[in-house]
This record gives sequence, C-alpha cells and structure tokens, in this order.
Amino acid sequence: MQNKITVNDLNAWFGAKQVLHDIDIGIEKNAITAIIGPSGCGKSTFIRCLNRMHEVVPGAKVSGKVLVDEMDIYDSDIDPVDIRRSIGMVFQKPNPFPTMSIRDNVVAGLRLNGVKDKNVLDKTAEESLRKAALWEEVKNDLHKSGMSLSGGQQQRLCIARALAVEPEVILFDEPCSALDPISTSKIEDLMLELKEKYTLIIVTHNMQQAARVSDRTAFFLYGKLIEFGETDQIFKKPEEKSTEDYIIGRFG
Amino acid sequence: MKDRKLSFFLKSKFSGDNIFEGAVGLFAIGVLIIALLLFGELYLESGLSRNAFGFGFLTGSIWDPVSEVFGALPFIFGTLVSSFLALVIAVPFSLGIAIYISELAPGKLRAPLSFIIELLAAIPSVIIGLWGIFILAPFIRDYLAPPLSTYLGFLPLFQGPMYGLSMLTGGVILAIMIIPITSSISKEAIQTVPIYQKEGALALGATGWETIRMSVLPYARSGIFGAVILGFGRAIGETMAVTMVIGNSARISGSLFAPSYTMASVIANEFVEATSKLYISSLLEIGLLLLLVSVIINIIARILVSKLLRVEGGGRA
Ligand SMILES: Nc1ncnc2c1ncn2[C@@H]1O[C@H](COP(=O)(O)OP(=O)(O)O)[C@@H](O)[C@H]1O
Ligand SMILES: [Mg+2]
Repeated sequence: MQNKITVNDLNAWFGAKQVLHDIDIGIEKNAITAIIGPSGCGKSTFIRCLNRMHEVVPGAKVSGKVLVDEMDIYDSDIDPVDIRRSIGMVFQKPNPFPTMSIRDNVVAGLRLNGVKDKNVLDKTAEESLRKAALWEEVKNDLHKSGMSLSGGQQQRLCIARALAVEPEVILFDEPCSALDPISTSKIEDLMLELKEKYTLIIVTHNMQQAARVSDRTAFFLYGKLIEFGETDQIFKKPEEKSTEDYIIGRFG
Repeated sequence: MKDRKLSFFLKSKFSGDNIFEGAVGLFAIGVLIIALLLFGELYLESGLSRNAFGFGFLTGSIWDPVSEVFGALPFIFGTLVSSFLALVIAVPFSLGIAIYISELAPGKLRAPLSFIIELLAAIPSVIIGLWGIFILAPFIRDYLAPPLSTYLGFLPLFQGPMYGLSMLTGGVILAIMIIPITSSISKEAIQTVPIYQKEGALALGATGWETIRMSVLPYARSGIFGAVILGFGRAIGETMAVTMVIGNSARISGSLFAPSYTMASVIANEFVEATSKLYISSLLEIGLLLLLVSVIINIIARILVSKLLRVEGGGRA
C-alpha cells in the first residue's frame, strides 16, 4: 500500500506543555484512517499538525517532519496558507460562514484562490455539493443562507466547501459528534464514497464509527501513538493492553 | 426566586442579606418610577405646545420666541445630522480599534489599550467642549475645511464660509465622544466569535485579514450593529460639548460648514431664559421627543447586543 502522508518524529507543544511525543505514522492513500483515544490525548492536535493549523494557536509549536507526497510541509520555504488551501478540514461543529449563501459558502475557498469567473464558481459549487450528497436537498435554495440548513446539512455543506478546492487529503475532527444518527450515517456513507478519490483521516470518539468507516485505526494515549494497524485487527486482536482496555471501555 | 422573595416577608428577623436585597429592590423600582414620572411630567407640561402646534411642531422650521412660533425641525435636523456625521466618522475608527485590540495586538498590549480607550469616556464633557472650542474648531477651520472645499466643494455639504463653530465641528466632537462605547462594545462582540468559526476560514487558507472579513465581522455583525446604535443614542443625547462647538443657530443648512443647533443644546441654552408658558412648554416637548428617541434607540441597541452576548462562547474540542 502506498502512503499519502508520512509523519516522522512529530512533537507538538502548547507553550511549555508537550502534547504529542515522537509520533511516527504512515497514512495510506485513498483510505480512511481513524484516530481514536480518550479526550485530551492529542487527537485534534495531531490532525491539526497535518495542515499546519496547530500553529494558529498562540504559543503552539511543532517539531518533526510531515511529508505529503514526499514534500515536507514544515519546510522553511513553505507558506502554511498554501498547505491549508490544499488540505481540507471539517470541524466538530459545523461552521458555515454566517452571512454567505449556500453557494458562496461552497466556493469561498476558490474565491480565496482568486477564482472570479461566475461560470466556474457555479459549476464547482454544483459538483462539490453533488460530491457531498447535498445537491438534491439544496439545489433550489442556493442563494439562501448557509445557516438556514439543519446541523447535518451544514456539516455536509462544510464538506462541500472543503471539496471545492480539490484537496487530496481531508481531515475530519469528530465531524458527527454534534449530529443525530441519521445525519451521522449520511456523513459516514459519504466518507466511504469519497475515499475512492481522497485520503481521509477521521478523529472520532465513537468506536462503532471507527469500526464502520475506517480501513486503519490509530490509538493515541497521553500524546503517544500506542498502536496502529488494520481496523479489524485493532478492534479484534489489539496487541497492546491499553488499546484493549480503551476499546472495551475500561477508561476514557 | 419566588421562595427568596417570600422569605423576605415571612422571616421575622431581618438578616443583613434580606435588608440588602430589599434595599436594592426598592432602588430598582424607584428608578423605574422616577423614569415614568419624568416621562409623565414631560408629557403633561408639553400639553400647551402640543395643543398649539400639533404635528406641525415636528415639521415647523421657525423658532421665534418673540412672536411665539415654535417649530422643532431645526433641532431635530441638527441632532440627527450631527449624530449621523459622528457615526460616519466614529464607526471606521471604532471598528479598527476593536479589531486591533481583539485580533491583532500582542497579548500584553490588549488590556492597557482597552483601558486607555475607555478612559476617554471619563473625560468630563465640558472639558472636551473647551478643547473643542480652543483647539479643534480652529484646527478644522484652518486645516480641514480648506482642502474639503477645494476638492469636494462641488458638493453642497462643503460649501460656504467656515467660522469654526459648525455642524462639522459638532460631528467630530461627538465622534470622539462615542468612540469609547462603540469600540468597546464592538470589541466584546468580536471576542464572542467562537474559535471554530475563525478556524473554518483559516483552514481554507484564509490569511488573518481574510478571516476577519469572511468570518469574524459577519459573525459579530449584530453586536457591532448594536454598538453603533448605542453610539448613536449617546450622540443624540450628548449636550454640553456639542452645545459649545456647534454654533447654536436654529437654521437648517445643507452645508456642514454652517452652524447648527441640537435638541439637547436648545433646552440647555434657552430653558433659563424662557419666560412665556408656551416657550417653556415647547422646550419640554423637545425634551419629550429627545427622551422618546433615546429610549427607543437604547432599547434596540440593548436587544441587539444581548442577543449577541447570549450566543454560546467559543472553544475547540
Ligand atoms: N488551545 C490550547 N491551549 C493549551 N492547551 C491545549 C489547547 N488545546 C488543547 N490543549 C491541550 O492539549 C492536549 C491535547 O488536546 P487535544 O489535541 O485537543 O485532545 P483530543 O482532541 O484528543 O481531545 C490536552 O491536554 C489539552 O488540554
Ligand atoms: Mg479533539
């Protein structure tokens, strides 16, 4: 299997507090990798290191290498803004831009990249909404506010917004934790479709969700990567005692 | 809540808490009663003027105590235009200050900066007025008005002679006086924008400024709007400083260089010398109008601001 992302010796801090320790991991291309672990173990911090979002927090620091297709995104001549434009991110809370229409939300990233052609924007908006399985529900309301949608629809809108800039990698940080079960299963189905073309990483608190959608699972504890392998193996025959404890619910 | 109130009446022994609670409650009710009495008083006392001029009081532009003809339009005009002018000047500054303090300034600078801006609100109005007369008015006359009339003189707004005391000077003074409130409430509005809202823009590759434009300002818009309205309310009611610099001339002019007169100023200036009953009654009717407008504007602003502050705070999980 080919790796899309290779992480070498990654450490991360908030001020003086180290929250990630020597992470080495390879993220497989066109697959879904789940990150699990108890609250505060560094899952969000880890995926935020993959698109250089960690450093937007004042005092936050990173060391180590993150290679995306052989290119180190922490190389000194790389602009973090460019990295964020090429790696999508979906947050725990849906966060559409409040005053923008549905269409404008989807193409906000393109606009940041300087695309102005109305036809291109319209076409991309439709394609991205289709890919995010939202088109049928909103095609007659494209000029309504993004805030008028339900929580689940807003989250798919945010996925469409991430897809519009044609990223190769999309990071999901607990994308379903604010959603009802039906919206959750829509997002899971969507992720399974998207992995044909994209490399996906999902942080989740929900063990069943990790088991349902992911190909490989990484278990984090206290800022360390404890175990990483095929999802089946992690859930059925974990090698580490702490992984097993976590999965059967002995802590976290 | 109900229980607490009840216990206040039932308990035989008055504890310190109960006395305190009762006293505070009485004060609160007292303030309300005083406000209502004030309103009622203004309404009754303005009866003579309301009967004499009816609705024409609002549209009449002649204010002539000698022949006892009173129309409030010049003052309504002066108040609205000077307050609006103040907003036009103050809003960009206030937003800039609010954005700088809450998003851009280094952490250590934020508190002192807020403090300095708020200190501006503590300067007595009459001191600002004196500064206006001796420094600001000559400055505007000598350095601001000439270029305005040279380059924008084709607009009626910047035509005619400028003697210093003018609508423009009044507007600038009012702007300086409302910047503390508009900027500090805008700042609070901006600080309630949840982190995940900003990160949505950052994660798309927005720069700091793009994030402020796409995410922060739109999210905070109702609070900022409330701040602006609150500033407007403050400008409308401000009396001393503006009376000192606006020129106090009850004539409606299209030029900002011309002197003007505000509702608050005419009451302050003329009340002592008003002799006839109708004259006094007309001034009180202006007072009634001013009270109504201020109360309505403040209520709208408070609603907008509290709606915003009730939105849950930010944070990322
Ligand atoms: N903005 C922040 N400032 C300081 N410490 C933080 C911040 N965000 C998270 N942390 C700390 O970093 C550690 C890892 O957090 P996080 O990556 O959010 O964990 P998870 O997503 O697994 O719940 C936790 O101990 C948390 O308290
Ligand atoms: Mg998290």
